[in-house]
Amino acid sequence: MPNYRIKKHPILPVPEFEEIEFTWQGTPLKAKKGETIAAALFANGIRVFGHHHKDGSPLGIFCANGQCSQCMVIADGKPLKSCMEIVKPGMKVMPNDDYPVLPQVKKVPTLNNIPEYKTPVLIIGGGPSGLSAAIELGKLGIDAILVDDKQKLGGKLVLQTHRFFGSTNAVYAGTRGIDIATLLDREVRSHPSVQIWTGSTCLAVFSDKKVGILKDGTNYVLVEPQVILVASGAREKFLAFKGNTLPGVFGAGAFQTLVNRDLVQPAEKLFIVGGGNVGLIAGYHALQAGIGVVGLVEALPECGGYKVHKDKLVRMGVPIYTSHTILSANGSGKVESVTIAKIDEQFKPIPGTEQSYECDAVLIAVGLDSVNEFYHKAVDFGIPAFVAGDAEEIAEASAAIFSGKIKGYEIAKSLGVDVGEIPAAWYRTGEILKSKPGQVYNEEIPEEHTGVLPVIHCRQEIPCDPCSTLCPHGLIELKNRDIRSVPTFIGSSYCCEACENCVTGCPGLAITLVDYRTNPDRPFVSIPYEFSREVISKNDFVTILDTEGNSLGETEIVDLHINPNSDRTLVVQVEADKEIAPLIAGIRIQTAPITQPMFQYVNHVADDTIVCRCEHVTAGEIRSLIRKGYRDINEIKTVTRACMGACGAKTCASLIHRLFREEGVSFDKVTDPSRRPIFIEVPLAKFAGESEEGE
Amino acid sequence: MSTDNQYDAIIIGAGSLGTPTAYYLAKAGLKILVLESVASVGQGSNKRAIGGIRATHSDPAKIRLCLRSIEIFSHFHEEFGEDIEWDQCGYTFVAYSPREEKILKDLLSVQKSYGLVNDWYEHHDLLKIVPDLNPEGLIGGTFSPYDGSASPLLANHAYYSHARDLGVDFHFSEPVTGFDIDHGRIKAVQTRNGKYSSYIVINTAGPFAADVGKMAGIDLPIRPDSHEAAITEPVARFLGPMVVDIRPAPGSSNYYFYQHITGQIIFCITPSPNAWGTDVNETSVFLPMVSKRMIEIMPRLKNIRVRRTWRGLYPMTPDGFPIIGWSPEISNFLLGIGLCGQGFMLGPSTGELLTRLVTKTLTIEDNETLSYLSPLRKFEGQELLK
Repeated sequence: MPNYRIKKHPILPVPEFEEIEFTWQGTPLKAKKGETIAAALFANGIRVFGHHHKDGSPLGIFCANGQCSQCMVIADGKPLKSCMEIVKPGMKVMPNDDYPVLPQVKKVPTLNNIPEYKTPVLIIGGGPSGLSAAIELGKLGIDAILVDDKQKLGGKLVLQTHRFFGSTNAVYAGTRGIDIATLLDREVRSHPSVQIWTGSTCLAVFSDKKVGILKDGTNYVLVEPQVILVASGAREKFLAFKGNTLPGVFGAGAFQTLVNRDLVQPAEKLFIVGGGNVGLIAGYHALQAGIGVVGLVEALPECGGYKVHKDKLVRMGVPIYTSHTILSANGSGKVESVTIAKIDEQFKPIPGTEQSYECDAVLIAVGLDSVNEFYHKAVDFGIPAFVAGDAEEIAEASAAIFSGKIKGYEIAKSLGVDVGEIPAAWYRTGEILKSKPGQVYNEEIPEEHTGVLPVIHCRQEIPCDPCSTLCPHGLIELKNRDIRSVPTFIGSSYCCEACENCVTGCPGLAITLVDYRTNPDRPFVSIPYEFSREVISKNDFVTILDTEGNSLGETEIVDLHINPNSDRTLVVQVEADKEIAPLIAGIRIQTAPITQPMFQYVNHVADDTIVCRCEHVTAGEIRSLIRKGYRDINEIKTVTRACMGACGAKTCASLIHRLFREEGVSFDKVTDPSRRPIFIEVPLAKFAGESEEGE
Repeated sequence: MSTDNQYDAIIIGAGSLGTPTAYYLAKAGLKILVLESVASVGQGSNKRAIGGIRATHSDPAKIRLCLRSIEIFSHFHEEFGEDIEWDQCGYTFVAYSPREEKILKDLLSVQKSYGLVNDWYEHHDLLKIVPDLNPEGLIGGTFSPYDGSASPLLANHAYYSHARDLGVDFHFSEPVTGFDIDHGRIKAVQTRNGKYSSYIVINTAGPFAADVGKMAGIDLPIRPDSHEAAITEPVARFLGPMVVDIRPAPGSSNYYFYQHITGQIIFCITPSPNAWGTDVNETSVFLPMVSKRMIEIMPRLKNIRVRRTWRGLYPMTPDGFPIIGWSPEISNFLLGIGLCGQGFMLGPSTGELLTRLVTKTLTIEDNETLSYLSPLRKFEGQELLK
């Protein structure tokens, strides 16, 4: 029986678990108690969950977030989303082929009235911004209900194994995302005025000023708040390319969920589309989980993400193809390879530059859109509403934490609680945390070859400051104390005591320490290391790399140790000639063969590119309507069913916009499709107040 | 004014009635302009209709008109070459108490006399037609096998593209702002883009028909009533006909649901008291109210997942019957208004009827039909199967 569980992870604990048995198409399989059906299937190597009703093409998981409907299975006769539903002992799971047959029900279940609650504040979303707002409200003793559709609080923080950027003072910079989630969770639960409803999905904000919530995934309730805070985060943008619905094409969030939350290996060789922070970090996470990363394409000439993230990835041996795009995911029934090509300034692929790479998964990380529909509904319906974090503006989690804190105060104020003036400096900090990466400076390589010298390979202006707080002597400085500036070591080679706190604490893994004290000609270099300890050991020869991933030759590992002040980041010490020692920024983890192109490039699959994943509507169908003069997306919906499917236009709307743009139609001529409740599909019985005994 | 702006007829509203009317008038050789306030065809009430098409009414006019509509819908593919998801699934009105049994049985003779095929089925026989009905308390019900359902969106869009092929001008996002009226006749229709003149003007503005009337200085007894509806995920076919339950309950006077040809269940409830006005924003009341009623008569529905909800307007008249005919006050103003939420099923045949009114080719039967729907009637009766 294949087993695709992650058994060891350098950062995440891999707990023991209780095994239960379920069946897939009648075959008994083992699952981990408490995991989702999707995770259980992936752990058993099952990646095709059904077939599309329109064209019979295979369906796999795409969002792993309960938003799309690609991962539908039939469990004990009921159609449901395998990414959200927990597997139960003895559960009979079948693929969702064609339309599901509704189970027979002979008896009318007991139906109850829908419970109604009143609360001063309803917070939708328990990610960084929602939790931070709830904490501030909790501190002030203001009653609030916080709902989140996941079982665990923290939103996407629970998927982030890396240390966070931002400000140490304001927003836990330097701490890993998963640990920030734990801290926020603990703190919010310490405030008795905040009620936490996990596993509870907000379904709709109604015009009679009530909010429909599927509490604990089982009971439909209505909440009437005085104020709503929408902190529902973001959803991923989708991309139109041939083969984009093949099982194995994942959103970045889905991949991170399966790997870092569910601890399963959804793939062995991954190709990444998109060089923003999400794509770069997801690549790093894949490597940490022992999944090969074949390469990454970015359409722009430079990656949009932080340079330190990009550098980390290239130093692991992952090639980054800028000014490239994905042409197709290829394979029969699943992803088997990917074809990419160079693009010109108009983003058109250049013929002759196609290359194919073998891989079994494609990760799409081409940007995020705010999930803000509840906010707009609340405003339309006259409910006092606030919006925070990614739901307001796409930025880093650090910015979301801080914006949540500010919104918490603003909400308190709006309820008439005397909180004084909200300091102007907070709003400034909020803006700073949202700032995009700035200028890139050349590396400053120290010329001295004595004592101990930290070398800072972080050369891009980004809002981040842990290094400046980690040096016990305060020798790493940010100009004008602006966390966006590039750090400098202001000491001399005799000031540093080689505590290595900066090496292990830098979230970008961009600081090394060169120690000339033992042998000035062959100094030791301390390098941060966050991968499996089994892969390397003392006296191994490894390829050493500069910041950009260029090889500086081979050298021996002289030591491998833990910094007592750090958690889970190891220090690898190598010995190198004094000329190259300060240039060393990392060691190569991934071997070269995985990233080699295939001998011939694979022709595009014959099918047209799918724009609407739910109803399988192609770009060609929509483009021809645009050319016929269609300008109302509602009319396109009428004719093609695009936007009519299970996800409610969550994935295709932005792609349809893009097609209009490609056809040279400006947005002011285009009418957007109507957005209607409800947020996710919910069984009728829930709205009728079915009691659980009725099952 | 250029001759470009001169039309034989201007139709106000590209909805369930205006669009087929445009098609049939153009087919009769007339030069037609359709003015629509929103961005594309059928985006007002048409797209909010649930798609039921029945001739099972309580009065001769609507029975006759809908029998004709059913004929058109069932031959739509042959005539227009387009699939509008027509499904001759039938309609069943169920009786769980003697009140409904009596209403439904009493109507049968009237219905049959106008050519409707509709019969009463006792408990066991009805369960053969709709096996998933809750048998407890079920007395029986009527079943009319030739009624059906189709996609309002696709049907209206098909009329639209064929009307365009016949040369009809459609102006979208161009609401009517006023009329030039002279000696009891509309001389020109005003919009923000200018004036259009026409021999006749046809009001098919659905829930906004009274607003259009007001611009012409006349009062039209149309009041929109707002109903909520919803659609589920698709599941394998298990339900044949549209099921209508006319039992009143707190908050609603009836509700109905069917399984569309795409496998999705579409359902709707009639609020009681009426929700007057043009508010189409979703409320928290609808889903709990309707789902409880649906599960009580069909427990099998409990596991189907609701996908989306919406709300649409029923342009009601005082007696629940449409108003079709020439305006008594303005001689070239033709009214196709107050279709009371049945615009989609009445649209094709009423479009033909309006065309015969314009081309003066009415039959004896037409004149009888129109007498029931006259703008001059006293609005005293009440439709029994609203």
